[in-house]
Amino acid sequence: MGVGGIILPSMFGKVIAAEELNSAIDVAVKKALADAAMNAAKSAGASYCDVRVGRYLRQFVITRERNVENVVNTESSGVGIRVLADGAWGFAATNAMTTDAVAKAAQQAVAIAKANAPTQTAPVQLAPVKGVGEVSWRTPIAKNSMTVPIKDKVDLLMGVNAAAMDAGADFISSILFLVNEQKYFASTDGSYIDQDVHRIWAPMEVTAVDKKTGKFRVRDGLSAPMGLGFEYLDGRAADKTVGPNGIISYGMSYDMKEDAIAATKQAREKLTAKSVKPGKYDLVLDPNHLGLTIHETVGHPLELDRVLGYEANYAGTSFATMDKLKANFQYGSDKVNIVADKTQPGSLGAVAYDDEGVKTKKWDLIRNGKLVGYQATRDQAHIEGKSESDGCSYADSWSNVQFQRMANISLEPGKEKMSVADMIGNVEDGIYILGRGSFSIDQQRYNAQFGGTLFYEIKNGKITQPLEDVAYQIRTPEFWAACSAICDSSDYRMFGSFFDGKGQPSQVSAVSHGSSTTRFDGINVINTARSLG
Amino acid sequence: MGIFTEAQAKDVLTKVVAMSKADECTAQLTGQIQGNVRFALNNVSTAGLTDDTDLQVQVAYGKRVGIATINQFDDASLERVVRRAEELAKLAPENPEFMPAVDKQVYKTSPTFSEATAAITPVYRAKVAATSITACKAQNLIAAGFLEDGQSFVAFANSKGNFGYQRSTVLDYTCTVRTEDGRGSGWVGTDTQDATRFKVEDDIQIAMRKASASSEARALEPGKYTVILEPMAAAGLIGFMFNFFGAREADEGRSFLSKAGGGNKIGQQVFGPQVNFYTDPWDPVAPSLPWDEEGVPRKRMDLVKDGKVVALDYSRYWAQKQGKAPVGQMGNILMTGGTKSTAELVRSTQRGVLVTRTWYIRMVDPQTVLLTGLTRDGTFYIENGQIKYPIKNFRFNESPVIMLNNVEELGKPVRVPPDEVSMNIMVPPMKLRDFTFTSLSDAV
Repeated sequence: MGVGGIILPSMFGKVIAAEELNSAIDVAVKKALADAAMNAAKSAGASYCDVRVGRYLRQFVITRERNVENVVNTESSGVGIRVLADGAWGFAATNAMTTDAVAKAAQQAVAIAKANAPTQTAPVQLAPVKGVGEVSWRTPIAKNSMTVPIKDKVDLLMGVNAAAMDAGADFISSILFLVNEQKYFASTDGSYIDQDVHRIWAPMEVTAVDKKTGKFRVRDGLSAPMGLGFEYLDGRAADKTVGPNGIISYGMSYDMKEDAIAATKQAREKLTAKSVKPGKYDLVLDPNHLGLTIHETVGHPLELDRVLGYEANYAGTSFATMDKLKANFQYGSDKVNIVADKTQPGSLGAVAYDDEGVKTKKWDLIRNGKLVGYQATRDQAHIEGKSESDGCSYADSWSNVQFQRMANISLEPGKEKMSVADMIGNVEDGIYILGRGSFSIDQQRYNAQFGGTLFYEIKNGKITQPLEDVAYQIRTPEFWAACSAICDSSDYRMFGSFFDGKGQPSQVSAVSHGSSTTRFDGINVINTARSLG
Repeated sequence: MGIFTEAQAKDVLTKVVAMSKADECTAQLTGQIQGNVRFALNNVSTAGLTDDTDLQVQVAYGKRVGIATINQFDDASLERVVRRAEELAKLAPENPEFMPAVDKQVYKTSPTFSEATAAITPVYRAKVAATSITACKAQNLIAAGFLEDGQSFVAFANSKGNFGYQRSTVLDYTCTVRTEDGRGSGWVGTDTQDATRFKVEDDIQIAMRKASASSEARALEPGKYTVILEPMAAAGLIGFMFNFFGAREADEGRSFLSKAGGGNKIGQQVFGPQVNFYTDPWDPVAPSLPWDEEGVPRKRMDLVKDGKVVALDYSRYWAQKQGKAPVGQMGNILMTGGTKSTAELVRSTQRGVLVTRTWYIRMVDPQTVLLTGLTRDGTFYIENGQIKYPIKNFRFNESPVIMLNNVEELGKPVRVPPDEVSMNIMVPPMKLRDFTFTSLSDAV
């Protein structure tokens, strides 16, 4: 409960003063805590131990119309200790950052592992990792969001909201989510890794209401969360792409005010847009839309823990079973090349080392339409017959245990020169979709349904009018088999998911998905309009 | 640190409030100890224990608010956190919607705490996992499950003399059982504050039966069907709908509860006449804290009566603006029903579909609360009062508002694990006409 009328995003930790966002825990202190935990774990009988000393800083500036609803700084600091004892995992975490407290937590972790060992039929096997000694890494940012004065952030959002209200919006909400993860990882393999990770997201939604009919429509912002600093909000001209119908899309920076004005106009248009006729259409999907489809239909099904059944009780399993990997299953058309990449600059998932101390990399998942790889952590690599982890272990907090999380998963651009206008020019009867909408997929990642933010009818190579009530239903392999064209690298942009949920206890992670505008032929579109009488 | 007693909490909070020089001050302490065990492929995969405590201080100068927190409790640290909040308040912009701290209240304790749950150990958790796994192994089935238990406390005090303290516990168990060939899947879940109500030996049998019975599923054409939604299946849609029961959004014209021409639908027949919802912090099975997010006391309150909307959630600000008396916002969702079990509802059904569970529910159109999602872990065809055979999973596109206008019969409400809503929820199994399935899924 947030007493006193201010609702706090308490899931993210405790609230702190702005000036504390600029500081960090001394590395020597973190090393001393890690050593105390590792020594205690080994003395208690652990064969392996890793320690994550975390300080997770978040800032939220939340506004609606002409009001600042909330400015919140949160911090969550503590130590998470994972051990292997008698072949089983144990984990304990504490926010008491003293050597005595972490030693006690390490002993608890060993006790938990030993309690569970008798039911363990197969002992945990870890892919080897060579210790890297004491190293550090920081997200390459130009402007640390945490050091930008609150007033500048408030002024920015108030300017955005005023522009929308002046343009005729009935409502607007705009938010800044700023994240800094100060993560220290140490393990009995001999690594002491200090990383400083930064992320930013600037979502907004504009609502238009027709009071007479009671109809309302929402147009979300076209930004993407990014692994960047405050420079993302500079709105540089070079990062803008103007579509065939004048829609402006954004790449490595975002012009929030410009998008708010456009959103106001488009939200109003949506109130009277033509309701789509259900049927088969060729879809032209903008990167800021397609990213979510990649996320759900490729990113999640190719997580090895899902494939094996470790997520069966929550997120589900996967249709992309091990036999399909061995047979190089035809996942999509030969134009489809999809890579996993934990190093991509500006992406949400970029780090130098994962939360198991594994050096990150880029690798193939789908090559020429064929399934060639999964995403695996240290304790899964041997199941895939590999001798190394893919470096995609992550925990969203010091208090949660790390596990396999999705890397940035991206569709490679087409090799031949093709603009969005070229692509639309070749479509006879289609729909151009931009922005994220509703999304839902089954527990094995076969049957999915996606909406969007903006929909435009394409007739005989031309965009004719906006549409509404559009959603498409797909079966994953058939959808990717219908991929017939991909725009070239000049159109490549990243979409992001800031709060991707997985695991029990549920954890979030942030991940990017890059692509260029892509065409899919003959996709089933339904009409979502209903009447409540 | 974990759990403070009421006296310990009061001591810290009283000191903090007295230190503040601002116009008003509210301080809150929260702490929890949570343990869990997770298993899959008939093996324990992870197990853990987390312990955390926080103090949050909120002060206000006029309509300027500052908030700061700390997790150290010596006098110097308490002084520091108060001054830090005061500094932030002086820098903050005025919030025109600021509401002063609540006056002194009397809170009647609700039954959110159980000694049995607070006493759970790693060995207990390991035994729950082992019991689930052993039963499944004996029948060549594969278990994947999760047990999470925890005890927590919340205490707050403000400069107007208000004070609240309460302890809570929770036990949440879910298990998915699959056949070895991956063609059958079943599920069970229990959510309770009282561990003595949890019998893993009984629960696991439900998931095992569903798994075995759901193999060899046949395909049925998508379309409109009479369905029996088990409580967990219905709760997915109903819980989602209650995320949109806010008065402000309705009054602003951007909710399914907005009225054409302005205003909200309080007093209107929105659902079928069999539909009744209420909220009650003292419900013995699914209680909530006796105060809401703003410290306003909750009370038992009808939300929907005979299908008419009778109350919406008002923040204090919106209640004041609309000239309404502030009432604590809902802390749980309780739906009334009859006395029949799911099996009894099946026996009275000529032709229909039984749904164990709904999954991955998302909003398609907020105007009508059109939701999409899928069935999962046991979907069956019913004919002449009997389950005839398992069927492949469906995707649905359905609005809970439309669904609750098509009620044929309601069974006995049960508490189900929270999924699409963060509140405790009790829902009956329900038989509904014309539920809309729009496509088939190959997923098991």
